[in-house]
Amino acid sequence: MALAQAKTDTLRARTADLSAGGSGWLGAARRDAAARLAAMGLPTKRDEYWRYTDPASLTQAAPIPAALFDAGDEAPVFDGIEAVKLVFVDGVFDAGQSDDPALAGVEITHLSAVDGVDIHWARDIYGVLETRGQIPVQRPLATLNTAYATEGFLIRATAKAERPVSFIYLHQSETSDALIHHCIKIDQGAELTVLENGPAAARVTKVMEVEVADGARFHHIRAQGRDHERRAVTHVFARVGAGALFKSFTLTANGCLTRNEQVIELVGDDGVAHVAGAAVGDGTFHHDDTVFMTHEGLRCESRQVFKKVLMNGAVGVFQGKILVKPGAQKTDGYQISQSLLLDGDSQFLAKPELEIYADDVKCSHGSTSGAIDETALFYLQSRGVPKRVAQSLLVLAFLAEAIGEIEDETIAEDIRSRLEGWLQRHEH
Amino acid sequence: MLEIKNLHVKLEEEDKVILRGVDLTIGAGEVHAIMGPNGSGKSTLSYVLAGREGYEVTEGSATLEGEELLEMEPEERAAAGLFLAFQYPVEIPGVGNMTFLRTAVNAQRKARGEEELSAGDFLKIVREKAKTLKIDSEMLKRPVNVGFSGGEKKRNEILQMAMLEPKMCVLDETDSGLDVDAMKLVSEGVNALRDQGRSFLVITHYQRLLDHIKPDFVHIMAAGRIIKSGGPELALEVETNGYADLLAEAQ
Ligand SMILES: Nc1ncnc2c1ncn2[C@@H]1O[C@H](COP(=O)(O)OP(=O)(O)OP(=O)(O)O)[C@@H](O)[C@H]1O
Ligand SMILES: [Mg+2]
Repeated sequence: MALAQAKTDTLRARTADLSAGGSGWLGAARRDAAARLAAMGLPTKRDEYWRYTDPASLTQAAPIPAALFDAGDEAPVFDGIEAVKLVFVDGVFDAGQSDDPALAGVEITHLSAVDGVDIHWARDIYGVLETRGQIPVQRPLATLNTAYATEGFLIRATAKAERPVSFIYLHQSETSDALIHHCIKIDQGAELTVLENGPAAARVTKVMEVEVADGARFHHIRAQGRDHERRAVTHVFARVGAGALFKSFTLTANGCLTRNEQVIELVGDDGVAHVAGAAVGDGTFHHDDTVFMTHEGLRCESRQVFKKVLMNGAVGVFQGKILVKPGAQKTDGYQISQSLLLDGDSQFLAKPELEIYADDVKCSHGSTSGAIDETALFYLQSRGVPKRVAQSLLVLAFLAEAIGEIEDETIAEDIRSRLEGWLQRHEH
Repeated sequence: MLEIKNLHVKLEEEDKVILRGVDLTIGAGEVHAIMGPNGSGKSTLSYVLAGREGYEVTEGSATLEGEELLEMEPEERAAAGLFLAFQYPVEIPGVGNMTFLRTAVNAQRKARGEEELSAGDFLKIVREKAKTLKIDSEMLKRPVNVGFSGGEKKRNEILQMAMLEPKMCVLDETDSGLDVDAMKLVSEGVNALRDQGRSFLVITHYQRLLDHIKPDFVHIMAAGRIIKSGGPELALEVETNGYADLLAEAQ
């Protein structure tokens, strides 16, 4: 089917300065993606999947410039956590600022190092999980990334990693436009934690494909920087094996536009997948969590816990789906999306969906939107707690279930203190 | 200690008048009890003193040791020494009881220019006070009042009071929902705090509590006014005869 001229024009403009280059398996994967993208076109706000979030600033040729943000003397998130640090500046890997990518039991390879190579483990992941994630809903910005990203890492854990791998994304140019693509494979019985922090660029389009083999464990904790004007669209595609664990938590504070898509398939029996997010925004803040959780194996457990705190006209979006395929008996699926509106100007748009084709399953979903509990506020104040401290306590309590999804207590504490800091800066 | 003069209160959002000229003076070290039919305005009086929103004071004043309470924020009233044990203690999911207590104690100390308690000292004091109220450490770890039984909630109120050491304690039906043993426990908790510098206003429907916490004065509230004041014998009279005679007499 021919795309509408407008869609074709948008795609041509968006990709004018990009090239689906390279040879070997990677080049082939890129060319395949470019062809798929040409058939799909880029999304517009008329697409059902983009009903609540206008993708125009993500699909236009050049990014809208984003002012650089000075975090003052606040240490970066995860700074205190010992990890292999890999630094990107405006989406480009900077070896000089990074640690030597050496970690026992983990192979860490930059994408550029496999260009021209014929065979590599990542061949079964790069663009492959992304392609699977296009059904039943198209995600063209992920395909754009697969076709044109030249930055990113291929990480394979063959054992339990001693330390996390920590990606640090610095934003230093007001007009930077980044495409970052990581592939991660956790071998059977292995375990790895991946941390990500920073805004990355004025505009960033990201993909992370994760294969969690049988009995493997993967933890992902990220923070998306404090820059007010940055725009980000991110995708996590994960395939979770039998008895495997996949956990992902995202902290979003500020940012003018954020769309975080997570597409997770529980393909083996007894797998566990938890995705969670805490988002806090003031004013020009549009934050969209879009999750697609597919249950295929028996007795799998999935949780989606998304909490947003919105003020001064901030907008929160949640589109979350649990799909239970035929035969995925004893599925335990849970989904909650909630927003705390600190004033009357903010809004929360939620579209929770269940689609179930097995009869012996337990699935629940809930979505709420509300103001701070005045009775609880008064109770705290009546005990001498100043109003702003009381408010902050209640907001953190609201976010607690999401933060509770982080397994490592040191990391959880770091996230909690960032949120406390944000709340202190945004007293109202 | 507490002086309430001609207090008139209506609901902010409606034209409903609840308190119609309450006068009450409580001296230092005294225990006063208020009894009265359901809906007569007892809880409203306690909320207005504590500073809850939704009420409008149309006339009158309330001072604590000479300071006008009604102008202060709720937290300032607390720091000035006022404490209200709620008729319906509030559940706060996600906020641990310990965090809550420590935040409250230290906020008040800070407001009074005192040094904050160290985590260690605080823990020691809480454990000790919780023990006398038979509150186990499991309960201290749980979110504030969440999943607590009615009686546990009331004991938790008294624990907060014991930790905060207020000067003026208002207890709104702290006895309701308590079994006989818990009532004794709570009363002992209150009695342990009784001293020259601390006063109590005990709102109750039952004489039984007043057997344990002996009041110096008893007041009867009806339709937003104190219609009669007397000694402990007044409570006995209510217990045996109900309010009918008192109400008729007041008319
Ligand atoms: N926020 C409110 N909104 C509507 N009505 C209220 C509100 N607060 C109090 N009232 C009304 O004011 C009256 C007094 O209520 P209050 O709770 O003070 O009574 P009380 O004496 O404590 O009764 P009880 O013995 O049942 O506890 C009642 O008629 C009650 O319904
Ligand atoms: Mg009452």
